[in-house]
Amino acid sequence: MAKSNKPIIWGTFAAGGELVSLVTPVLILLTLLAATGHVPDALSYAKLHAFAAGWFGKLVIFVILFLSLWSQAHRLRITCFDFGMRADGVVAVVFYLIATVGSLASLMYLARI
Amino acid sequence: MSDNRMEVRQVELEVLRYNPETDQEPKLQKFTVPCVNEWCVLDALNYLKDNLDPTLAYRWSCHMQVCGSCGMMINGEPKLACKAMLRDYPGTIRIEPLAHFPVERDLVTVADDFMAKLKRVKPYLIPGQPRTLEDGEYKQSPEQLKRYRQYAMCINCMLCYAACPEYGLQPKFIGPAAIALAHRYNQDSRDGGRDERQEEIATNEGVWECTFVGACSEVCPKHVDPAAALQQVKVASTVDWYLEHFMSWVKK
Repeated sequence: MAKSNKPIIWGTFAAGGELVSLVTPVLILLTLLAATGHVPDALSYAKLHAFAAGWFGKLVIFVILFLSLWSQAHRLRITCFDFGMRADGVVAVVFYLIATVGSLASLMYLARI
Repeated sequence: MSDNRMEVRQVELEVLRYNPETDQEPKLQKFTVPCVNEWCVLDALNYLKDNLDPTLAYRWSCHMQVCGSCGMMINGEPKLACKAMLRDYPGTIRIEPLAHFPVERDLVTVADDFMAKLKRVKPYLIPGQPRTLEDGEYKQSPEQLKRYRQYAMCINCMLCYAACPEYGLQPKFIGPAAIALAHRYNQDSRDGGRDERQEEIATNEGVWECTFVGACSEVCPKHVDPAAALQQVKVASTVDWYLEHFMSWVKK
């Protein structure tokens, strides 16, 4: 029997899952701080804009968005599978398409900064 | 020992009965069995067979959680009947054969599917290098033993197959115990058979059918944690995939 090609998808799922569980709580905390008006100096709008303007900043932001989108797309796909939706191909196309559109959109927005 | 420890109470059992020669379909039969509170469900079944209905069919052997024969659904959960204590079941106890397996008779299931899959994954030592008697014994450090010891605890009771929703939906799935056992030998410092096993388990019917529900690890009576083994196989197979496709000159 042929070995599976699922590692392509699962690689982004595993890496994204790790990243989401590490980065998302920090982002939520920072967002809450910002919402209550307590923005640390190092994270002021000007400094973050400068970070996002550089190629390294763009890369970091893109990797985080790309992996988060793909891991969550795969998570939703296998959740559907667990609930007995056997049209796995259709489900996969829909969720991965959303992840692709999201990835391309983030690329476009980052390029404009 | 106080008297009330040996207190007898009447336990209501609902046991699934099926005789393929006479029954169109399985049905539940009620029994009232006088039980000592310290008994396990298997004791109650043994009393039932000895005293109430000798035609009841079920598998058991060791009565001490080693042989893995008495797996059955107890109140809908996969359990070893010798590990399910009556004191934990105050009401009627429903006893059915292991889910996801065909019923042969009463509580006896057909395990052929699992046995065939077990054989496919080669769960035995395939020496990496030929060794002569003069070379002496294989030595292993405690660290090397620790890498696979947990997975070697599997007793092939198949509770994980009865718990796994993916196996229920896709019977071709090689399943938790067989893949965990393949992983056990892959992790063994004396073994060189990983490439052969990967041909079976790194497939769509193998580890990639698993969606990490984790029910296998919850029901495992020997704390093997098959779900962990499968996730480790996924990581290793993913590394393999990238090496095979992009860096084929790197040795795995």
